[in-house]
Amino acid sequence: MSTIFDGLSLGAIYALIALGYTMVYGIAKMLNFAHGDIIMVGAYAIFTTLAAGGHIGLALVVAVVVCVVFGIVIEKVAYKPLRGSSPLAVLITAIGVSYLLQSVAQIIFGAKAQTVSMVSFGSMKIGSAEISIASVITLVVGAVIMAGLTLFVRNTRTGRAMQAVSEDKGAAQLMGINVNRIIMITFAIGSALAACASIFYLMQIPSTEPTLGSMPGIKAFTAAVIGGIGSIPGAMIGGVLLGVVEKICLSIPVLAPYTTAVEFAILILILLVRPIGLLGKKRREKV
Amino acid sequence: MSEIVLKTENLGISFGGLKAVDNVNIEIKKRQLYGLVGPNGAGKTTVFNLLTGVYQPTTGCFYLDGEKLTGKTQEQINHKGIARTFQNIRLFNNMSVIRNVMVGLHNQPEFKCNPFVSLFRLPGHFKTEKAMREKAKEILRIFDLEDERNNLACNLPYGKQRKLEIARALATNPKLLLLDEPAAGMNPYETEDLMHIIRRIRDEFDLTILLIEHDMKFVSGLCDEITVLNFGTVLAQGTTDEALNNPEVIKAYIGE
Amino acid sequence: MSKLKKLKLSNYVCYIMVAAVMVVSFIVAQTGNLPRSYSNLLVQIAYSIILAVSLNLVVGFLGELSLGHAGFMCVGAYVGSYLAMQLAEVIDNKLIVLILSMLIGGLLAAFFGFLVGLPALRLKGDYLAIVTLAFGEIVRTVFKNMSVFGKAMGLSTQAIKYDSRQDTSLYLVSFITVLVVLFFVQNLVRSKHGRAITAIRDNEIAAKAMGINVTFYKLFVFVIAAFFAGMAGVIYGHYTTPVLYSFFSYNYSIEILVMVVLGGMASINGSIIAAALITFINFQLQSHLSGDLAALKYLIYALILIVLVIFNNAPKLAPIKDKLSPKLLFAKITGKKRHPGDIRSDAGDWRVIPTKIKMDEVLSVDLQQNTEFTPDKPQKGGK
Repeated sequence: MSTIFDGLSLGAIYALIALGYTMVYGIAKMLNFAHGDIIMVGAYAIFTTLAAGGHIGLALVVAVVVCVVFGIVIEKVAYKPLRGSSPLAVLITAIGVSYLLQSVAQIIFGAKAQTVSMVSFGSMKIGSAEISIASVITLVVGAVIMAGLTLFVRNTRTGRAMQAVSEDKGAAQLMGINVNRIIMITFAIGSALAACASIFYLMQIPSTEPTLGSMPGIKAFTAAVIGGIGSIPGAMIGGVLLGVVEKICLSIPVLAPYTTAVEFAILILILLVRPIGLLGKKRREKV
Repeated sequence: MSEIVLKTENLGISFGGLKAVDNVNIEIKKRQLYGLVGPNGAGKTTVFNLLTGVYQPTTGCFYLDGEKLTGKTQEQINHKGIARTFQNIRLFNNMSVIRNVMVGLHNQPEFKCNPFVSLFRLPGHFKTEKAMREKAKEILRIFDLEDERNNLACNLPYGKQRKLEIARALATNPKLLLLDEPAAGMNPYETEDLMHIIRRIRDEFDLTILLIEHDMKFVSGLCDEITVLNFGTVLAQGTTDEALNNPEVIKAYIGE
Repeated sequence: MSKLKKLKLSNYVCYIMVAAVMVVSFIVAQTGNLPRSYSNLLVQIAYSIILAVSLNLVVGFLGELSLGHAGFMCVGAYVGSYLAMQLAEVIDNKLIVLILSMLIGGLLAAFFGFLVGLPALRLKGDYLAIVTLAFGEIVRTVFKNMSVFGKAMGLSTQAIKYDSRQDTSLYLVSFITVLVVLFFVQNLVRSKHGRAITAIRDNEIAAKAMGINVTFYKLFVFVIAAFFAGMAGVIYGHYTTPVLYSFFSYNYSIEILVMVVLGGMASINGSIIAAALITFINFQLQSHLSGDLAALKYLIYALILIVLVIFNNAPKLAPIKDKLSPKLLFAKITGKKRHPGDIRSDAGDWRVIPTKIKMDEVLSVDLQQNTEFTPDKPQKGGK
């Protein structure tokens, strides 16, 4: 019971990160490899603010602002010049950006893990199971953010423009949509989601290091692919599924050392059987 | 009269309920120049995609020289003798002109060469390479592209790129050649030149050619017979003059 | 005639480079002046070259990104070294043991290459990259948990390790292996099969329409590349102890990718030089930097990736790039005139990352043609 609950709250974090991947992939048609490292940036922003004596609330705001600025700058400097060139080129650049963030963080903050003095929420008992309150908050806030995002994409002008750009960049441009601006907004939202993920991550594991984002990042991408890339509900389902699978694997002694292998095996299987993911839409190259 | 090379029977495909091509019956005789015309979105390129295995038809089937090819992969269909060009040019842009043609020659029986022969650079490798190069030059000469052979394909002007695509398709030694808007983007002189070339390769290589084209001068100057498509169905069929003067066809093109 | 000779020479540049390094270091070693650390460096350079060249087959020639190349090396290193230790008890000759284990380690890695190649038939681009990454991590995790291979302690290869204090011959064997690998790669690339592979990279749809067996060639490239990476792994197992799962992480796969990008897509000579350069820089950094400054290495990698890829691929920078083209500069210096499009290799422009045509681009091309070239045709019939 508590395993599944832990899985759900880990899944909510994966889902938040996966949303960032899925939105950027759906709209800019690129795999933003550095997305996971934005989480690391957010974690260090919180760490620095708290270390400087700032209030936890201030730290959260700083994290979101810093992440958004990073997201936009990265897009402008590294990805925008490559628009229209080979997807492979963009992917390799994104890997470069990921390395850049990690190495700069290591040079500034050191490779050692730093403890972040987050507020501790304790835990509560439901029946026989003990559930940490941080997990509950993660789940609830995560669900609210996702619902809000779905409404935003469906009902606002910007949201609809995003849908249009994701369908067909060229046609959207002809319809008078500023594609560059929409892509920038997408990166901003994705980065803000990453900042939220970093907050929840620190609530569960209160320490930060330069490579903090890379594994969750890759796993969240896995989640996005499982759910069907480009689909918001897909990212949520994929994230939650992956979180639960991870926690269940970890709780079974025989499987525990192989947890990562199991998760990636699921990814490969899904891609082979159903390359578009659980909820993805089929795309066909025109001949 | 002479034998039938390509025959389609009730060929059709639908995407999500929409019938993109429906009930198309075409018979093309050997050495014929056959035209496929129709307004934009009529399903002409889709017919090509069906005939080359890019899409599998939802209804009907087609035969090449009496052999049923429906259900075969693109590679298999090419080996059986159908080659094509593309509406939006698809050359191997980062390869030189001559190498584009040599890729077309890849599967010809006379240029067979086991990968391990190449890996160990045995004598067979050099022999094949030399023979392929000669053959490719020969084909390029027909299209007046021999002097460009060491240029990158993407650096050629538009008209020459179209010609190179035809040369590459020709290198696969097809029985039936499908040309998708071969004259698109060409100036009148180039179009004139292309008409001569198409006739010439038909005669030299004993080819049957099916082509899609919007330029009616081009079609009527070249094709013996045509099929007019509209909304995926056959609107008219027959000799070029007859079909083009069909009132239905005029209506579809110009409106009432 | 002289032109022909020059052409021939350029085909052998890579062998000459590698052989020259080998011969020079051999002579220095004979005089007894080769420092121990440098014979180590030479082995590192050798297996890096094998890795970079084989990855270039996948990325530069086939045009698919593989982020799991270290995984193949991992298979070779663990299995090949284990096997070598078993063989060493039966066969007395160290060299024969090494060659046998290289072959078998390579074959097993090739089998895994085949397995990774299977998804490559259905997936492209980003998706395939993620699958290869996942494969690398799975392999690593599995080897980490196998008790035959020492679990988290790694596989101790003390029994077969070439101790550089007594026996410096490993670098010679490694360099000869490099020459053999280069021989096969060069032959493959310059054959009709290499041409088919680059055709798939440039335009898969057209390649299929030309009757190229895309399935076969994709698997072939993955298998060959994995085979060579597995051989590199076996050399690694003879060079160091223990063979540890953590070495073969995703970071190492990226390091190999950096070599390929720095050397140039589809440029074998480039990969050789870049592999040697990166390994040398690493070697120097490792001995001079410690602690957190070790991250400088990754900072350099990051900058190489970002700056080179943007510079070579950004559409807006194309005119500047053309002006700085080494070919044109060369032509200026020598006063020879050469058409900028004139190329003599199958690789094309070795700096540009090959494009797999995207759906968006295809659509926009359609749009252009319909408006530019058939303006007077009515749309969809009159009503």
